[in-house]
Amino acid sequence: MLRDITLGQYYPTDSVLHRLDPRVKLLGTIVFLLSLFLFQNFTGYIIATVFLVSMILLSRVPFSFMVRGLKAVVILLAITVLINLFATPGIPLVSFWKFTITKEGIRSAAFMMLRLIYLIIGSSIMTLTTTPKNLTDGMEKSLSPLSKIKVPVHEIAMMMSIALSFIPILLEETDKIMKAQMARGADFESGNLFKRIKNMVPLLVPLFISAFRRANDLALAMEARCYQGGNGRTKMKPLKYHLRDLAAYLILALYLAATIVLPRIPALKL
Amino acid sequence: MSIISAKKLAYEYIRRDKDGAVDGIVRALDDIDLDIKQGDFVAILGHNGSGKSTLAKHMNAILYPSEGTIWVDGKNSLEPENMWDIRKTTGMVFQNPDNQIIGTVVEEDVAFGPENIGIPSKEIWERVEESLKIVGMYAYRTHAPGKLSGGQKQRVAIAGVVAMHPKCIVLDEPTAMLDPIGRKEVIRAVRALNDVENITVILITHYMEEVIYANKVYVMDAGKVVMEGTPREVFSHTDELESIRLSVPQTTKLADELRKAGVPMPKGILSPEEFAEALCRLSSTM
Repeated sequence: MLRDITLGQYYPTDSVLHRLDPRVKLLGTIVFLLSLFLFQNFTGYIIATVFLVSMILLSRVPFSFMVRGLKAVVILLAITVLINLFATPGIPLVSFWKFTITKEGIRSAAFMMLRLIYLIIGSSIMTLTTTPKNLTDGMEKSLSPLSKIKVPVHEIAMMMSIALSFIPILLEETDKIMKAQMARGADFESGNLFKRIKNMVPLLVPLFISAFRRANDLALAMEARCYQGGNGRTKMKPLKYHLRDLAAYLILALYLAATIVLPRIPALKL
Repeated sequence: MSIISAKKLAYEYIRRDKDGAVDGIVRALDDIDLDIKQGDFVAILGHNGSGKSTLAKHMNAILYPSEGTIWVDGKNSLEPENMWDIRKTTGMVFQNPDNQIIGTVVEEDVAFGPENIGIPSKEIWERVEESLKIVGMYAYRTHAPGKLSGGQKQRVAIAGVVAMHPKCIVLDEPTAMLDPIGRKEVIRAVRALNDVENITVILITHYMEEVIYANKVYVMDAGKVVMEGTPREVFSHTDELESIRLSVPQTTKLADELRKAGVPMPKGILSPEEFAEALCRLSSTM
C-alpha cells in the first residue's frame, strides 16, 4: 500500500532532455517558472505554451505521466479558479444570486489556471527526466560558490541523496511494522482523526528507533570506506558541459528574451 | 609478512546507568594476540557477545585499543595520522546489506569508496568494472540496489570495498541476514577474492560451514582468544567448542558421535566428501 508512493518520479528513457546536464535543467526550470509570473497578457502565454509543448515532445515522456502530477492539486486548482472568477471586480457579464462573473474575472481565472498547470508540468518535466542522484549532483555543483561563505553545500547534497535512497527502505519498514502491529491487534484504520493519530504511536516509535540505528550503521559504513567530506573527493561521473548544454542555455536565453520583449510590443498585445 | 598483528590488545567500554553514573566496566576484548599474514584466509568464530565484532572494528581504526597495540600493515592504529592509511589498507563489510549501500545505482555505490580517496574518474570506471566482475555482479551495474536480493546486495558491498584496492578485507558476519543461497554466493565471492586476487580475508562468523575454507581459525569467547589453529585442529575439539555454545559442522559432529559409539573414525573431519572417504577406508579394512 505504501509502496505506491513515488518520489523523485524519474521516467527512464533516452532523450535529449534526459542527457542534458542537470544544471541546465535546474536553471531552465527556474527561468520557466519565473517567466510565468512575468507576463500579464496572452502573447506571453503563447510563447510559454510553445516552449512547454516543445519540451514535452523533446522529453519523450508520455503526456499521461505529466498529467498525473496535476491530480494532487485538482482541488487547489478549482478553489483558485473559483475565487478568481467571482472575486475579481470589473465589468459584470453574468450575475446570479449573490455571484457576479466579470470579464476581468474570466481573464484572471484563466491566467491563474494556466499558470498553475504550467508550473506543475514544467517542474515535473525536470524530475521526470533527471535521476535524483543527478539532480543532487547538479545542485551541489551549481551551489558550490556558496561553500566559500561556509554553506555546507556538499553535505546538504549528500544528505539529500542519502535521504532519497532511504525512502523506499523506510517505507518497506513502515509496512512491515504496521503488519506486525496489526497482527497483534493494532487498529490503524478506524476511529476519528485524534484516535488514529494516537494509534500511530506504536508505529512511529519503532520506526524512529530503527531509522536511528540504520543511520548509525550507515555512518559507520561510510567512515569505513574513507568518507571524509567533500574535500579531495573525486567523482565517477563528473558533470561536464557538452555542446548540447550550451545550445540549451542559448535557447533558454532566447526564451527569456522573448517573454520579456514580445508581450511589450504594442502590436502583439492581446 | 604480517598484515595485521596485535599484542595484548584490550578494549573496555563503560556502561552507564540512566543517570550517567558509571555502572560497570565491560572488558569486550581482553589480552588478544594476533598475527595474520598477507594472503591468509582467517576466520574468527565466536558466539554473540564474544567480542569478535569489536575486534573487527579495531582492524579498521573505527575503534581504538584501551590497552595494548594493533598494527595494520605495520602502522599503529593509535597514531591519528595513520587512520586513513589503515582504512585504505583494510576494507570492511558489515552485517546488514541495506545499511551500507550509499548509491542509488549499483555502479555508483561501488564508486563511493574510490571517490572518497580521490581516484581520477577514468580509473574509477576501470576499478568499478573490475571489482563488479570479481564478485559476479557486472550484469547488474545499472540496477537499483533496492531491487537486488540480500546476497547480491552483499556482493555489491564487497565490490565497493574491493574497488578501493585494499590489502585486506574484514567481513563482519556478512551472511548473518541472508538465506542459504545468498550465503553461498557471498562465500564464493569471498573465496575468489582470496584465491584469485590474493587479498587477505578475515571472515567473522558463527556459521561453522563457512569456516572450513579458512587456513586459520581463531575462536573467541568472552573477549579472549580461546583456541587457534587450522579448521581441522579446531574442530577436533568438539567438546570445548560446545562448552562455549558453538557447534561444529554436522559431518564433524556425526563422525564424533560414531567415534564415541566405537567406530574408529579419524578426528577433524570437515566435509561430507571426507566423511565418505573415511567411511570407505574403514569398511575396506574391516
